[in-house]
Amino acid sequence: MSFWPKKGKDQPFRRRPGRPQKDWIAPLMSPALIAALPFLGALLPGLMIRAGRDACALSAAFFTGLALLMLGLNVPTVLAGGVVETRIDWLPQIGLNANFRLDGLGLMFAGLILGIGLLIILYARFYLSKADPMGQFFTYLMLFQGAMVGIVLSDNILLLLVFWELTSLSSFLLIGYWKHLPEGRQGARMALTVTGLGGLSMIAGMLILGQIAGSYDLSVILTQKAAIQSSPLYVPALLLILLGCFTKSAQFPFHFWLPRAMAAPTPVSAYLHSATMVKAGIFLMARLWPVLAGTEAWFYIVATTGLVTLLVGAKIALFKDDLKALLAYSTVSHLGLITMLLGFGTAEAATVAVFHILNHASFKAALFMTAGIVDHEAHTRNIRRLGGLRHLMPITFVIGTIGALAMAGIPPLNGFLSKEMMLEETTHVVWAGQAWLVPLLATIGALLSAAYSYRFIAHVFLGPVRDDYPHKPHDPGLGFWAAPALLCAIAVVGGLAPMALFGWIVDAGATAVTGEAVHVHLKLWHGVTPALWMSIIALLGGLVVLAAFAPLDRLWLAAPKPDAKRMFDGVVGGIRRASLGMTDRLHDGSMSRAFAIGTAAMLAAGLWAFLGGAYVPGTRIGAPMDPLAVAGWLLLVAATVALLFLHRNRLLALLLLGIVGLIVSVTFAYLSAPDLALTQISVEVVTIILLLLALNFLPKETPRESSPSRRGRDAVLAGAVGLAVGALAYALMTRDFAFPSIAAFHIDNAKPGGGGTNIVNVILVDFRGYDTYGELTVLGIAALVIHALAEALLKGGAANDRLLAWKPETPEAGDRHPMMLVVVTRILLPLILMVGVFIFLRGHNQPGGGFVAGLVIAIGFVMQYMASGFGWAAARMRIDFHVLIALGILIATATGAGAWFNGLPFLTSAYGYVHLPPLEEFELATAALFDLGVFLAVLGAVMLALASISRLAVRAGETVNARPFDIDPSDRRG
Amino acid sequence: MMTYALLFAIGCFGIALLMNLWVVLRAPGLPDKVLAADTMVINIIALIVLHGLLTGSGVNFEAAMLFAMTGFVSTVAFSKFMLRGNIIE
Repeated sequence: MSFWPKKGKDQPFRRRPGRPQKDWIAPLMSPALIAALPFLGALLPGLMIRAGRDACALSAAFFTGLALLMLGLNVPTVLAGGVVETRIDWLPQIGLNANFRLDGLGLMFAGLILGIGLLIILYARFYLSKADPMGQFFTYLMLFQGAMVGIVLSDNILLLLVFWELTSLSSFLLIGYWKHLPEGRQGARMALTVTGLGGLSMIAGMLILGQIAGSYDLSVILTQKAAIQSSPLYVPALLLILLGCFTKSAQFPFHFWLPRAMAAPTPVSAYLHSATMVKAGIFLMARLWPVLAGTEAWFYIVATTGLVTLLVGAKIALFKDDLKALLAYSTVSHLGLITMLLGFGTAEAATVAVFHILNHASFKAALFMTAGIVDHEAHTRNIRRLGGLRHLMPITFVIGTIGALAMAGIPPLNGFLSKEMMLEETTHVVWAGQAWLVPLLATIGALLSAAYSYRFIAHVFLGPVRDDYPHKPHDPGLGFWAAPALLCAIAVVGGLAPMALFGWIVDAGATAVTGEAVHVHLKLWHGVTPALWMSIIALLGGLVVLAAFAPLDRLWLAAPKPDAKRMFDGVVGGIRRASLGMTDRLHDGSMSRAFAIGTAAMLAAGLWAFLGGAYVPGTRIGAPMDPLAVAGWLLLVAATVALLFLHRNRLLALLLLGIVGLIVSVTFAYLSAPDLALTQISVEVVTIILLLLALNFLPKETPRESSPSRRGRDAVLAGAVGLAVGALAYALMTRDFAFPSIAAFHIDNAKPGGGGTNIVNVILVDFRGYDTYGELTVLGIAALVIHALAEALLKGGAANDRLLAWKPETPEAGDRHPMMLVVVTRILLPLILMVGVFIFLRGHNQPGGGFVAGLVIAIGFVMQYMASGFGWAAARMRIDFHVLIALGILIATATGAGAWFNGLPFLTSAYGYVHLPPLEEFELATAALFDLGVFLAVLGAVMLALASISRLAVRAGETVNARPFDIDPSDRRG
Repeated sequence: MMTYALLFAIGCFGIALLMNLWVVLRAPGLPDKVLAADTMVINIIALIVLHGLLTGSGVNFEAAMLFAMTGFVSTVAFSKFMLRGNIIE
């Protein structure tokens, strides 16, 4: 597995058929880098904000511009019909590769995202107030931009899904940017819920699609039309994918989240909710159009949904008083229009859809920005409080009017072109045998669309100047209106010279969507066609509706309307209550209940499996019963059963636990597992010390908390599960392995492969070295957490007060540090250290190793703590335990990484033999170095944990002694 | 002959262990129980060594050594706990 493209036969940067490129420039233009640039750029704004707001915006703009430039360098290749690809293996085993492709559709969308992104950055620089954290805003915005570019440039659909989820997450952050506003938070949550659910269904759909096509790469999937459409899984896959697209692109009945998302700052609305994110669903429908479209299912689902959305959105938009809500619903309506065109399934309609995506992005983003300017200047965006702004804000008036007229579809603006082409397409559509239905409804949609566009102009800018604006508005500075002005200029030029501005990119985009060479002829005058008449009806009808707005509005206000928010909250609340109800019943905080449910479920599953098959007794012959083993078994069972009855006395329970541990250790020794025995012996000692330390601060008795009947139930359940597990173990042990054992491999390879004769140790430090490495890290983290918890406890607060007021329960004996203990442990220390080193060194070939050695030496040190007290021992412990842990993990890491320098994978071990004259020949292995890391980390972790807990007692009022023991041995008076 | 002696000794220590456990469970005070448990460790050391002699294998010698060296630490910890409550002070 490699993260870098393979050289050689699989060329990373393929160009077909484009012209040859210079070598150095090819990687700079790769789609992968274009997608990566915004993510890189996301790192900067958070830092650059310290250098000022301009620097912050510039850093974001720089990376966006750079990505746009690289995209631009690819234009000639793509227009020549080439597809630029970057292939990077990621997880080829599951078909997930970082494969990117740049074709006409990707070029168009990426250009849209980056181009409008650049304008949005400019606009946002002036929109955001000083109080808004701008660094955060641009970081989120760049993350979103990267995710969006990733979607449109992905070749691998699994990769696409990753980016898809990233857009949901980053848009959540952007919508909720004003965290102090409840609408912002609620809107963000709703958007995330709806688009996130859609994303989940889309994952399922994409997986099915990949299964049918036999690959997760779009370049393969797009060639499998016949296989996909004839598959019995086509309809489920289609439904799941469309659910994802419809939720993302706010199609009816999932449109309700988009207007709520308008609580976001206006640059976000303009960027995400008009130009880019909501087009992601449409992009995907366009991307998969060649393989999914053309069937009845596609037509009836997609075209109908689009048509309904077109009408519903336009109707609601007309009556909205909030400028942004009006624009939001108009966006819903236009998205419906594009969806409907894609749903028609003809190449011509798809071409119009591609064209309208461009047009809509230009005028709608401009309109959103205009709304933002009005809101910013007049301090309101409620249409009923506005009007007459043309005198006060002439520049904004011109921009807003051009945008709105383009949206209405007035010639010669670009909106007129695509709208008339859309109407033209509807006349060719027969819906369930009715040829008149779709053209009629589309005309009504266009009429409503014209009406709300007129209303936007008439009720905001026209009319008399008022004197009751919340704030006296005036035109803002150039920086604020430059971006929408540019977009309006595009709308005008796009209408007057469509071929020059849009022709080439529509050709490229539509060619990529439809899979056949498309050459559009965009022009203003098509002659007197049915579409012209429909257009005229819509434009004039819009005026009539506007004239009759007041009575219509009264009707609308009187009519009952479903409240999407209440319904959404109801559904979410219901699901929450249901899951809470279930969780509360399963986990009410009582551990015995949780265990009871868990074990009962396991028992039931086991019984179900057992009763479903035929039981054949095992054939392996048991080993003879050694009286010694019987005695051990008796001890184990007796101690365990006694523990069961005495467990409420915690100290006694601990003693019995120690005995059980003792028998287990000796059982390991008896069953020829000396390594395990050594480890178990030392672990037992450390465990007892740790638990005794903790028990000092805990109640010595466990109170009875449940009724006798419940305890009876638990006893029966526990007994049944215990017997079942025993039976299972018996059944397994009386049979031979069902599969060949891996033991043989380890036995054969321990010496030649790992250089050690102690197979257990070779497994730990070599064969499964990576596991050990992970466990080592976990151990270190656990010790640090214990330390941190103890530290927090000592820092002050209720727990600390309790600790300070803590009094020992039982009277204390006089001698804190008995001299006999001190002397014995002092003598033992060097012996223990020597044994520890011995066990460590022989580990690779004989029982032992770093883990046991670490524990043994830790016990040696702890003895000193116990004998002479914490203060005395800690003052002599020169090495910080944190350092030991870190050193251990670093040594293990460095040993593992050393293999890289020899071109081998992480933790590949090497060994050799050294012969120094006075000594016998001995072995040096990198595994021993790794074991040293294990040793240090274990030592540090154990000591840190013990020291952290014993510090609590120091706080609880103990005095620190400076001498090894309390009495003076030279004082003979006694 | 050696074998029989070893088997006899192993049997004795095995029975001793069972009796130790009996004391642990039935002794009136905690100190007696802890002492009985400590005796179990001693008996276990004996068993390991005797078993090693019987099988002629030294592979478990280190286990016996480790028991001898660290086994008393738990006993000390229990004693310290009974005397002072805190074992590291």
